[in-house]
Amino acid sequence: MSEEKNIAIKKEENRYYEMLANFIGPFISVIAGLLVGAIFMLSIGRSPLTAYAVLFNSAFGSLAGISETLVNTTPLIFTGLAVAFAFRTGLFNIGGDGQFLIGYISAAWVGYIIHVPMIIHVPFAILFGIITSGIWGGVAGLLKAKLGVHEVITTIMMNYISLYLVAYLAGGPLKGATFLPATKKIFDSAKLIKLMPNIRGSRLSIAFILALLTAYLIYYILWKTTIGYEIRAVGLNSEAARYSGIKAAKNMILAMFISGGLAGMAGITQVLGLQHRAYQPFGFIGYGFTGIAVALLGKNHPAGVVLGAFLFGILQRGSMQMQSIAGVPKELVQIIQAIIIFFVAAEYIFKYIAHKLKENKGGVTSVE
Amino acid sequence: MLNSMIALLNTTLRMATPLILAALGGVFTERSGVINIALEGIMLISAFMAMAGSYLTGNPWLGVLTAIIFGILVSLIHAILSISLKADQIVSGTAINIFATGLTAFLLRVMFESAGQSPSVTDVGTWTIPIINDIPIIGDVLGEQIPFVYIALILVAISYWVLFKTPFGLRIRAVGEHPAAADSVGINVIKTRYIAVLISGFFAGLAGASISIGLLDVFVENMTSGRGFIALAAMIFGRWTPQGALLAALLFGFADALQMLAQSIGLDFIPRQFLLMLPYVLTILALTGVIGSSEPPAASGEPYEKE
Amino acid sequence: MSNQNSLAVDMQGITKRFPGVLANDNVDFQLKRGEIHALLGENGAGKSTLMKCLYGLYQADEGDIFIYGDKVKINTPNVAINKGIGMVHQHFMLVQPFTVAENIVLGSEPTKNNMIDMKKAIQDVEKLSEQYGLNVDPRAKIHEISVGMQQRVEILKTLYRGADILILDEPTAVLTPQEVHELIEIMESLTNEGKSIIFITHKLKEVKSIADRVTVIRRGKSIDVVDTADATTNELANMMVGREVILEVEKSAAEPGEVILEVENVHADNDRNLPALNGTSFQVKRGEIFGIAGVDGNGQSELAEVMTGLRKLKSGKIMINGKNITNYSTRDIIESGVSHIPEDRQKRGLVLDFSLFENMILGSHYKPPYASGVNMNYSSIKKESKRLIKEFDIRTPNEEVLAKSLSGGNQQKVILAREFNRNPELLIAAQPTRGVDVGAIEFIHKRLVEQRDAGKAVLLISLELDEILSLSDRIAVIYEGKIVDILDIKDATEEKLGLMMAGAESETVVEGGE
Repeated sequence: MSEEKNIAIKKEENRYYEMLANFIGPFISVIAGLLVGAIFMLSIGRSPLTAYAVLFNSAFGSLAGISETLVNTTPLIFTGLAVAFAFRTGLFNIGGDGQFLIGYISAAWVGYIIHVPMIIHVPFAILFGIITSGIWGGVAGLLKAKLGVHEVITTIMMNYISLYLVAYLAGGPLKGATFLPATKKIFDSAKLIKLMPNIRGSRLSIAFILALLTAYLIYYILWKTTIGYEIRAVGLNSEAARYSGIKAAKNMILAMFISGGLAGMAGITQVLGLQHRAYQPFGFIGYGFTGIAVALLGKNHPAGVVLGAFLFGILQRGSMQMQSIAGVPKELVQIIQAIIIFFVAAEYIFKYIAHKLKENKGGVTSVE
Repeated sequence: MLNSMIALLNTTLRMATPLILAALGGVFTERSGVINIALEGIMLISAFMAMAGSYLTGNPWLGVLTAIIFGILVSLIHAILSISLKADQIVSGTAINIFATGLTAFLLRVMFESAGQSPSVTDVGTWTIPIINDIPIIGDVLGEQIPFVYIALILVAISYWVLFKTPFGLRIRAVGEHPAAADSVGINVIKTRYIAVLISGFFAGLAGASISIGLLDVFVENMTSGRGFIALAAMIFGRWTPQGALLAALLFGFADALQMLAQSIGLDFIPRQFLLMLPYVLTILALTGVIGSSEPPAASGEPYEKE
Repeated sequence: MSNQNSLAVDMQGITKRFPGVLANDNVDFQLKRGEIHALLGENGAGKSTLMKCLYGLYQADEGDIFIYGDKVKINTPNVAINKGIGMVHQHFMLVQPFTVAENIVLGSEPTKNNMIDMKKAIQDVEKLSEQYGLNVDPRAKIHEISVGMQQRVEILKTLYRGADILILDEPTAVLTPQEVHELIEIMESLTNEGKSIIFITHKLKEVKSIADRVTVIRRGKSIDVVDTADATTNELANMMVGREVILEVEKSAAEPGEVILEVENVHADNDRNLPALNGTSFQVKRGEIFGIAGVDGNGQSELAEVMTGLRKLKSGKIMINGKNITNYSTRDIIESGVSHIPEDRQKRGLVLDFSLFENMILGSHYKPPYASGVNMNYSSIKKESKRLIKEFDIRTPNEEVLAKSLSGGNQQKVILAREFNRNPELLIAAQPTRGVDVGAIEFIHKRLVEQRDAGKAVLLISLELDEILSLSDRIAVIYEGKIVDILDIKDATEEKLGLMMAGAESETVVEGGE
């Protein structure tokens, strides 16, 4: 009879192999991405070593460089958290780009429409942006929970609806008086405080600090509160959650609202911290999609998301210099990103290897 | 008035063509149970390759062939990842889309040392259909069009026939609804899904070519601009059937034509962005059951795990 | 060797290993031509593995398979089909939106000009259906026909492919008693036509009534092969389990108290929006086990769901302890003193990827001492979990283990521990012993009786008539969403219940008997 206990112990051991694979997987994926990037560079006769040296040097070589890297990291932390949080409820938020734009235009509007002290203006602009982008994301949760409509399709469609909506708003009703296809400039009272005012040209604002705090907050919600407990239960088995009195529908809508708000934060901080007005978009910047890569790389854990966002922040920051100095088109970074996702997505390979490892050690798999 | 109506219908057909082709690809893969949101990326790469093929050989049809080959190759990546490696199909599709944006911009810079746009290349021109061209009105709409229009219409019929009349079609649909059942009668689920995904690559390849060297004669960075997703929408709106996808694509093409010709037909009081978002809004309404009901194949999106 | 040809299937020394588990250990199995042969064993004994080796879904690590005396190597279902082997799976392998004919010809479609010749397909199906008296409409869509009909479609699928050796995997589980009867007739007509049938089951009585011979499998080993006429049910049970089995549950007479649960004229729809409960009414008292017997699909699942707030009532009333809880939320119903052991523990009872301690508080996670405000209190959660693991003898290294690592019986104990720990007024147990081994069944039965003796009202919903008969103090039979009648245990016999489960009123049952 203690045989049962032994089987349970062995199955637990298997789990540790899987967890190990969880750490090694992303690591190998990043290396693979950089290697494939190198192959692309070699194929056009450029030196990968030089290019990567330039890339990392521009990201870390100076305080200004580091500041710019963190500027690039900030929105990715938010969109990465957005994807990761939705994932925990079992939902795939592929609509980060749309939610980004909704947060972006909302914050810009609040930024110039009212004139109040900073202590009110900034929080209010942020809050308003979170609510609108949260609702934008929440719609997908609502349709999923009430009508079973696949959130991937809804969020894709909502992306384009928001793209055209924001393009209409920024180029039409909300357009500023200048020749720019953009809204009016926001008031100083709505601008985020700069973190490195002494470094010339540094654009880093407290948005970065906000992003880190948000990551911690999301971690706390997910693993320390009843809200997170319910969200994770719904994500892992919504039927069992429902049977124990947890409202799956409510949690899906809530999770998509929070997820949308998180992606919206990327847009909000973009306006309040960097651009100070909302420009008419002609396409997606891709923060939402890169957020998927970030979340995958970070295994949907907030700490992993911060690391993943940092990595992609480095790549994005370095790509410009890589182009001008090493002669490697900056789009190579996107290729590297894609390769990294390919490898993370194919984690089955790593699981398979882990599986083989434990088979050799005489582990147990389930039968029948 | 008549002239602008004709122009509108003519443009509708033209703008709908890439959507029809890509949506047909979507029908095949989703019917087999594999979600393919990579249609957008595959189209983009194929659009580039069609231009490159035409640029390098001077023969636009070799460009089309190149596009198809690359369409199939890229869809093979999706097939390997999502079928064999059981990766999340959405993730795989997303990666391909990011890859496509990066790759095409990268190649554009490497080949032409320019950002944004390729030089003009030879396009496929137009075909004139003898008898039809002489019929009033219909001839003006259908008589002389880019070849892809006719190819797309013929492929709709062939797709319908394959999916609903042949053993192969029955098997694709069985694999998408209940893979274990198909497996239990000796149908190779993995192979069937591979073929369906490669077929979608063929269609997306054609669709890409129809944009760069059909509608236009250049490659522009990110030129598909969401058409892959509209095609996905058309497939859903058309309830996963070739004929439905055709009608939906025509409707979406019509919306596109309206915004292009809004000025000449006196519709410019409607912001063009509203017409552009129409396909997406309609699709969400279709999915929510406001307009009819749409239900995907039962095993859609689930990797098949043999016992 | 002389009788080799009279053997349709001869499996010799089959061994199949999975990492860490020996699923089949040197098993011999012989199917005579034209016989119905039962393969009897507990869940996980290895009978399905053996049959999957025969059907080409698995490959045996050791051993030989002979079909009609020829040694064969079956590495895919296609090979098995070519050898004339057909399998009717427990979970039907039917494509819902397809027609009967499409399902039957799938994979071996008749063609004309590269197209499916649907006319011929329909004719072929009609012919086969007539030949074996199956009475199936080839043009009907699968989702339009009954479960019994669907099973016939599955049988036709194998016949269409020329099978003369049929494997039926737990075929009676989903059938009404009449349908079982019809199935037996079909099986007999099949053997009359020279087909040979293997019949996988864990139900002892079916073995006696259906099969000619039986092979008993226990823990991957073949224990014995006997003629069913020569063995009693008890002997078969002992062979299957490997020790003396007490099929009866020891319990004293019930001492029912006041009414706890009142269900009054309840109407509700199923998932397909068809009426599932049509005026169901009954009462359950403190200190009794009230059993609901019935064939699967007569509203049992829906009944459990309306009582736990998981499904809306169209009309009717449900009261707990005199409080009207009709259409309350699940959480409010739990708060009103209802615990629920759901019928599918892996899908509905547990979050398999949660640890044990997280599963132990599912549904009470928001209340002290497990939470204060929105903050979870994991130290008290773990403490409580440790206590429950001990109390319910859950075999696990510790409370941090994921639920999916446990065996079925231990998973069920986790649910029992959680639900009993809520200290409910009413305990709803739906299929509490489905798919667990005999040891766990005995444990669960004992605990349910303890709950009764502690003064709880226990509502037992089970498809196993034996379980209903051995545990219940009163028995209600449900048929098409209505309670046919309620019997006291001393008036209930298996025959009577069987007839009522097919919809007959108890008076007519009595009349019929006289």
